[in-house]
Amino acid sequence: MVSVQFTQNLQRHVACGEREVDGATVREVLDAYFAGNAQARGYVVDDQGALRHHMMIFVDGRPLADRRELSDAVRPDSTIHVLQALSGG
Amino acid sequence: MAERFYVGTRKGLFTVGRSGSGKSPWRIERAAFLGDPVPMLLPERGGERVLAALDHGHFGSKMHRSTDGGDTWAEVAVPTYPEKPEGEEDVDKFKGQPPPWALKLVWALEQGTPDQAGRLWCGTIPGGLFRSDDGGDSWDIVRSLWDHPDRKEHWFGGGADWPGIHSVVVDPRDGDHVTCGVSCGGVWVTRDGGETWGQSAHGMRAAYMPPEKALEPDSQDPHCIRPCAAEPDVMWCQHHNGIFRSTSGGTKWTEIEEAGPSTFGFAVAAHPTDPRTAWFVPAVKDEKRYPHDGRVVVTRTRDGGESFDVLTQGLPQEHAYDLVYRHALAIDETGERLAFGSTTGNLWVTEDGGDSFQQLATSLPPIYCVRFSS
Repeated sequence: MVSVQFTQNLQRHVACGEREVDGATVREVLDAYFAGNAQARGYVVDDQGALRHHMMIFVDGRPLADRRELSDAVRPDSTIHVLQALSGG
Repeated sequence: MAERFYVGTRKGLFTVGRSGSGKSPWRIERAAFLGDPVPMLLPERGGERVLAALDHGHFGSKMHRSTDGGDTWAEVAVPTYPEKPEGEEDVDKFKGQPPPWALKLVWALEQGTPDQAGRLWCGTIPGGLFRSDDGGDSWDIVRSLWDHPDRKEHWFGGGADWPGIHSVVVDPRDGDHVTCGVSCGGVWVTRDGGETWGQSAHGMRAAYMPPEKALEPDSQDPHCIRPCAAEPDVMWCQHHNGIFRSTSGGTKWTEIEEAGPSTFGFAVAAHPTDPRTAWFVPAVKDEKRYPHDGRVVVTRTRDGGESFDVLTQGLPQEHAYDLVYRHALAIDETGERLAFGSTTGNLWVTEDGGDSFQQLATSLPPIYCVRFSS
């Protein structure tokens, strides 16, 4: 199972606690997570499903390469951090 | 007369009420969403329901609703752009890039007529118009306008990176007659509730374009359009190039070439019953955008634009560099009370149509929009 963790700054707007879900790519993992928390989706990805401009995702410490399709591969024991970039605000 | 108005700012939403006594009865009574930008809000008829758009820098645009006049808020649906079809040809000709099919900013919120229960309109950047028929519980993009070939061919960003709909004027006589101001893309009108659309920026002039394109309706940059509520065939437009007025329901516009220190600005307020009266807040054109001579003034015409009063009482007259954004000048249903706020966080109100102003705040965050509760 892949562990998904979100920035604490997002908790001010929508509850999205740490959870473990299945998936072989970041897209699959987030789809599985948001299936149980639809409201959180729009805070992380835009209308076309791309990562929001001022958001960051790390997979086991590596920054996400494919911000549009979220096709980066993940391992069954990976940890995904969803964070806000230092820009924006 | 309105006893309350709302102020959307760079760092939250403030409720201002006429709850005090004496010469300065207006008070900032409440703050909400502190730290979050509130670019647009809509106090609905009846006074208790208020819709507020938030523009989180990191997390995107969201919509919140209050049903108790701003005491409490709950997140509700936000307009969402449809999935962009694979291979869709949609390129901004001026930028040479495809516009995002994603909500960038809520820039206009308006209510339908009383017989259109639940109807709301939402104008956005990058140019989508959305309609709700359930009071904002859900939104649908108006495909007839988004898919219009002229939108793809001619619209372009003005001050923003992408085009946007900032003005939505609903005809109180016929809620299916809706007029939209687009920066940049002119003035778009539907008379069938959004099934079909036509361009109506005829008579507007864009000095910022090459001479042969200056009168093209699609090239026009209306900054804000406001109607006279009692005589809605009369509309006023603060345009990038100056001030325009229509007496034909927005189908034909006439330029007003003199209006105090400048015809440039963003905001306009139309008197609700007198079609010859309107207010503007002028600034130095084009890109400098500060008050002439560092003096904040409001210009008012009472004769359809033939002449203007320059109103200064209660406004700073030296070293003031406030800019008033397009949605930051509001008028109540009597036409006597107006309120406006600036990029410098100053907030003023008048109860005599602008003859004198009271300053309510000097250090609010930059002010995006001001709207009276009805």
